[in-house]
This record gives sequence, C-alpha cells and structure tokens, in this order.
Amino acid sequence: MAVRRLNPEQPAQFAFTAENLTWAQETIAKYPQGKQASAIIPLLWRAQEQAGGWLPEPAIRLVCDMLGMAHIRGMEIATFYTMFQLSPVGSKAHLQVCGTTPCMLRGSGELISVCKKRISEHAHHTNADGTLSWEEVECIGVCANAPVVQVNKDTYEDLTAEQLEKIIDGFIAGQQPKPGSQTGRTASCPSTGPTSLTDKTLYDGSTIGAWKKRFEETTAEASDKVQETAPPSALASPAHKAEVAAGTSPSSPGSSGNASAQGAPPVHPAALTAMANAGLVKELEARGDGKPLSAGELDRIKADMMRDRAIAAAAAAVPAVEPELLKGPRSDAGDDLSLIWGVGDGLVGKLHAIGIWHFDQIAKWTPENIAWFESQLDGFKGRVTRDKWIEQAQKLASGWRPESKAGEKPKG
Amino acid sequence: MLHDRDRIFRNIYGFHDVSLKGAQSRGVWDGTKFFIDKGHDYIIDEVKKSGLRGRGGAGFPTGLKWSFMPKADARPSYLVINADESEPGSCKDREILRHDAHLLVEGALLASFAMRAHACYVYVRGEYIREREALQRAIDEAYAAKLIGKNNSHGWDFDIYVHHGAGAYICGEETAMLESLEGKKGQPRLKPPFPANVGLYGAPTTINNVESIAVAGEILRRGSTWFAALGKPNNTGTKLFQISGHVERPCVVEEEMGIPLRELIDKHCGGIRGGWDNLLAVIPGGSSVRCITAEQAADVTMDFDALGKLGSGLGTAAVIVMDKSTDIIAAIRRISYFYKHESCGQCTPCREGTGWMWRVMERLERGEAEKREIDLLLDVTKQIEGHTICALGDAAAWPIQGLIKNFRPVIEQRIEEYQAKHARMAAE
Repeated sequence: MAVRRLNPEQPAQFAFTAENLTWAQETIAKYPQGKQASAIIPLLWRAQEQAGGWLPEPAIRLVCDMLGMAHIRGMEIATFYTMFQLSPVGSKAHLQVCGTTPCMLRGSGELISVCKKRISEHAHHTNADGTLSWEEVECIGVCANAPVVQVNKDTYEDLTAEQLEKIIDGFIAGQQPKPGSQTGRTASCPSTGPTSLTDKTLYDGSTIGAWKKRFEETTAEASDKVQETAPPSALASPAHKAEVAAGTSPSSPGSSGNASAQGAPPVHPAALTAMANAGLVKELEARGDGKPLSAGELDRIKADMMRDRAIAAAAAAVPAVEPELLKGPRSDAGDDLSLIWGVGDGLVGKLHAIGIWHFDQIAKWTPENIAWFESQLDGFKGRVTRDKWIEQAQKLASGWRPESKAGEKPKG
Repeated sequence: MLHDRDRIFRNIYGFHDVSLKGAQSRGVWDGTKFFIDKGHDYIIDEVKKSGLRGRGGAGFPTGLKWSFMPKADARPSYLVINADESEPGSCKDREILRHDAHLLVEGALLASFAMRAHACYVYVRGEYIREREALQRAIDEAYAAKLIGKNNSHGWDFDIYVHHGAGAYICGEETAMLESLEGKKGQPRLKPPFPANVGLYGAPTTINNVESIAVAGEILRRGSTWFAALGKPNNTGTKLFQISGHVERPCVVEEEMGIPLRELIDKHCGGIRGGWDNLLAVIPGGSSVRCITAEQAADVTMDFDALGKLGSGLGTAAVIVMDKSTDIIAAIRRISYFYKHESCGQCTPCREGTGWMWRVMERLERGEAEKREIDLLLDVTKQIEGHTICALGDAAAWPIQGLIKNFRPVIEQRIEEYQAKHARMAAE
C-alpha cells in the first residue's frame, strides 16, 4: 500500500475537449449497458493526459458525473492506481525510473542518482523551472532490456547513467529523444543477433496450409486398429519425440515421411494426452468420479483441490518415511477403512494395495509417514491432513463408530 | 533443442511485418474457419489434449479451465485476457502485443468460440501504452478484414475490446482484474464462486494469460499431439523465457518446456557474466518464487514440476540471474518493497505483513538485527502465506523464505559484521 493524497492546490474546474469528449463516448460504448463504470480508468487517464500529466480533483468529479458514479468511487480509483499522478509533474517530461530487482541488478541505482542530481533530490518534486520531475516505479515490465526509464508513452531501455543524462538534456532542449534500446539492439533480441528464428522458410509463405496434411493423414489412419490398441507406454515413445525434434513427425510442417513408414511405432494421441495431463486433469476428474458436476459441486471440488495442493506444498519439505505395512489383514478382514470421513472405495482399495488394513496403523502415522503415503498417490495430496485421518483413526481404533457409513466429518 | 519451425512466435522480435498481411504470411489466421467449423468441444478437447498449462504463472491446465464454462446459460459469457504483465522479471506478453498481436486476436476468437463467448476484453497494464496501441491496430485490421466483428467470415459474432489498467500489480490476479474492469479498486474477490460461474458483471468468465491464448491457433493447426510431444510430460509445449539480470545478453526467447536452465542461458544469453562459476543464485520464475542456488541451477530443467520439486516454481518463466557481485539480501529486500507497495490493503496479514517484512529486510541488509530475528521473520512469512484472499501474500512470503533457506549464513555474517563494527565503535 502506498499513501497517496490529492494535491492541496487544485484548479477550479476541468472540462474535456470536444475531441476527447467524442472519444469518451466511444469508450463508454465498449462496455455493456449499465456497466459504464468500467470506463473510469480510461477516462481518468485521458483526463490526466489532457491536464498535462497529472489528475486534478475537478477532473475526477467530472468523470464520475459522466459515468453516474459517486465522487468517492472516483477518488478511490485515483488514489489506488499509482499511474494517476495526484500532483503536477514536469511540463516537458516526467521520468519513471524502474527500481525493481531486475533493473536494480543492471544499475538502476545509478539512474536514480542521475535523476536526483539533474532533476530534484526528491521524487515527485519538479525541478526549479517546473519542466522535469521523476519517480521510482515498480516493475515496468521491460526486464530483458533493463535498466529502463519510461517517459510518457515510451520506454528508454538498456540505459547507462551517461545515456540518461543525454536523454534528460534532450528533453530540456525540447526534443523527443529516440525511444527503445539505447544500445541499438532490436527489442529483446540478444544483442549479438538472434539465436533463434533464423529459418527463412518460416517467412516465405511455405508454412501456409501445411497443417492440412495432418487431417488428410489422420483420415487415412483412422481405420488402423493396431494403433488404437497398442499400450500407452509404447506409444509415447522417445522415437516419436526424436521425430518431432527432427521435424519428421507427420505433425511437423514440411515433413517428408510419415512415422509408420520409417518403422518407428506410431504415437497414439491419447497416450500423449495421458502423459501430458497426468496429475491435474486426472485429479479433478477423480474427485468428481467422472460424473457431470453442477457448478456448486465443481466450485467445491476445485476449492478442495487448491487447498490440498497448498497443504501438499507445505508438506513437501517433510522427508518421507515408510509407515508400518502389513501383507494382509491381521484376522479375516481388516477394519472398514471407509468409515474414515473422506475415504471412499477408491482410496480403500489403494490403502489395501499399499498394506494398510487397520485403523491403528493409520493412528500411528507421523508427518513423515503421511509424506510417504501421499507420495504413493497420484492425486489427493494433502487430504490426510485436511480430513484429519489420524485423529479419526485414533477415535475409530478405540471402538467408537460414526452414525453414517461415510464417517463423521471432522470439525474445524 | 527446439527447431525454428516448431516455434509459435515467429515475429517475437519484430524483425518482420507486424501487419495483418505480414502475420498471414507467417501462417496466422490460416484455417481458423476450419477449426471453428469443427465445433466448440473439438477446440476445448484439442487444447486439453495438448497439455497446455496456463502461461500466467499458476500453470492450471488451459483446456480444463475452458471446459468449466457453462454450455447453456441465459447470461452472456466473457473471455478476459490478462495482459497485466507486472511480475518483476516478466516481459513476454509485451513482445506478443507489439509484434505478434494477430496470434492473440486469432486465439481470442478461437477461445471465445470454444467457450461460447461473443465478447472479449484484453486488460493491458497501464504502462504498456505503445503495446496497447499495437494491439488496437491489429484488432482494427482484423475488423476491417471481417475476421472478427458482427457477421464476420468465421460465422461467430465476436467483439474484442482493449481495456487498460493504471499501475496496480494486483490487477494481474484474476478476480482483482474483474473488479478493476468493472470500474473498482483492484481488490481480489473470495473464491468460490469462481469466475466461470460468477465473473465479469456477474456472468461466466474465463481469464487467461496472453501467451496461453496466443498459442491456441497454432496448437489447433499443428495438432495437440505435436504440442504434447514437445517438452516433458505434464509440462508440454514451448514457452517464452525471459532472461534478465547478470547474463551477458539478456533476451526473450521461445524454447521448449523442460530445457535445462544452463542450456537456456548458454545458448541464448551468452552465459553468465564472468562465467558459470560466477553464478550466485537464480530466481527462475519471476519475483514471487523462491530463489535457487547456483548448485541447483546447474542441472535443473525449466518446467513446472522440476522447479516445484526444488521449492521454487516456473511462474512466468522470468529468469532473474544474479552473479556473485550481487548483494542477495538487497535484491530480495527490493522485492519485499515491491510487494509492500503493491499490496491492495484488503487482508490484514498482507497489508501489515508486507510492510513489516520489508522493514526487517531493510535492517537485515545492514546487519542491524539479532540472529534470532531471522527465525522470527521466517515465522512471520509462514503466518502470511496462505492466510490471505489472493496469492499476493504467498508471493511476498516466498522470496524471503527462499533467501533464508539458501542464504542464512550470508545474513548471519552480515549481522556479525555489524555487531563487531559497533562493538568496536563503542569500545573506542
């Protein structure tokens, strides 16, 4: 949070020029009827541009009136968004020096010293004749061209202290110094020239329509039953990856051959999907048991999943230690683990497969054991802690039974 | 190694014509109608199969997110594209907006169609003025060519509007973005309800990062199999990496997901300034993630899972490199100041905690502290993490946690030096 207040001295009034008024009407029309409040940032911004780079209080009131908003809402916006300058800025240039870490690492501290020396000791104060002002801003988003100074609409990139002095000289002389990288490189391309995108065939139009071939091939291969039944592990082969890398896969434009013609096993799309989406998609679907979900259920499942992930992330630091495992139940049958709230049939099967048959086994788990157990699961990370399995298992091991077969939801 | 022909962003540096004609010569808007004719579900399914994970930082599967949108609803549906690129270290969306904007406009049409939305808002951060002008030019061209708009050649009425912010990092959080877009302060909403149910103007809304949307067209053209075969399982496709800090040649470059960090830096950035041995630490995913040490950086691959295992993250793939000349405490202190500045003030742990942490970091930088305060600070980061509506609290806590985890001896040494100096001064 930054404390920001309106300037004590304000002009008596503010009115948009005819041109800006027309523009404002067009902007308001971008938003659905009755939602004209959406236009407040663009309108305030235009007002700031018109007023010479800062936002006078009468302009805030005017914009609120145009949009049918209470004045205080406009004040909130003006003070919340830090690009609204609440006091006058330099008439020729207001320098926004990025001081955040990526720029700091490449010397923004020296740029700030230049501003202090040449403009004003303090940010947001103009120089003696009111032509220049500066401020340190949080990341401008030009990090690969750090350090950066933004003036009005343009950024001055890859700066040194000497270059900034020259740029300041330029503004004082009433010129518009050339924006962009000051070392002469193009955008964020490596300074010695591009290390990628040197293949000229990308730009001669030969890629147009190349994708169509894939659909012709797919139609031809659709009847190939062998492909459908091959096991996923074999399908997602390194050979295919190599083909894609070499550009000879059927899906790469300009491919000369097709995968099966070269004797490599074809890759089933479903296998790759399974690989690619393992974990995330599967987890959501598993939680919903694959059934169509109502919006409310979906929200609940997603909220659960996100919380579980947070818990899992916190637990990730705990080393995994295998808990006591059994080859089978001690007597004929193990305890009914589904009595633990949050444990369904799927998880019971998983627990049995791992070697957990009794409440007392779970009751003894340490955080290290939980970490081990969760490492055995594809999804559901964090659930043991969230649903308090240990607490529940201790209660169940003591002979207590819940009223419902699904168990009793732990409190808190 | 990624071949040029597998790169999606073919004009990322702006060497070529950025106009519609230029974009079309590179294959943008090629066959868009063919895929729209295949139907809503085909597009969602292809994106799901491609394994594309959101490029805005959290890495949620994009196709799955799209599938959350209701198929029949009396309310209109919206797509909101997050171009509020403000995470320190990140500068990829800027290049898409000003050099490859047609990929974004095409992707916006495809994604909106897939989610049955007729309107899309692109929320561009306030500082990107030239970028939003460039995007607007691309949109105007697309309207003029009847590619979008009412009664366009694709048969799906679609309007896209450029909206902008005015300097608030928090508006990159999806629900804060919706608040801001509705004309309010950017303060995140509680979830649930999720935006897919109650989003912009109370209607179903999906918010996606610029890069996630911009790759959609190419994924459909080349096929989900192509995209899924690039990268690593669960971390598929290509990604724009942004390398800043102490490398010889900082740059933005599209590479395969899962590329080793060292290869990325050596191949495209000319290595670490002063050689690989001069590396101190790397922040691999933008300021919010925990830093990793030079040892970890030596063999880590750049993907969600590998970096997650190190307790860090891929984030936006904004790699901030720090060599041994760096005062690591000062570097992280500056990040703490950033979060203090950008906290929206809604949740107490974040509003008060970010300022508190920054003040302690200021003292740690000078060494003006007691060693026990390191653990106190660590404890406070844990009190903030996970106790706020949005992830800004977490993002403010993690860099400090990374610092203490990896560089505690440096902090302790600084404190010892300060104490020794002041004991001497007291004695004199």
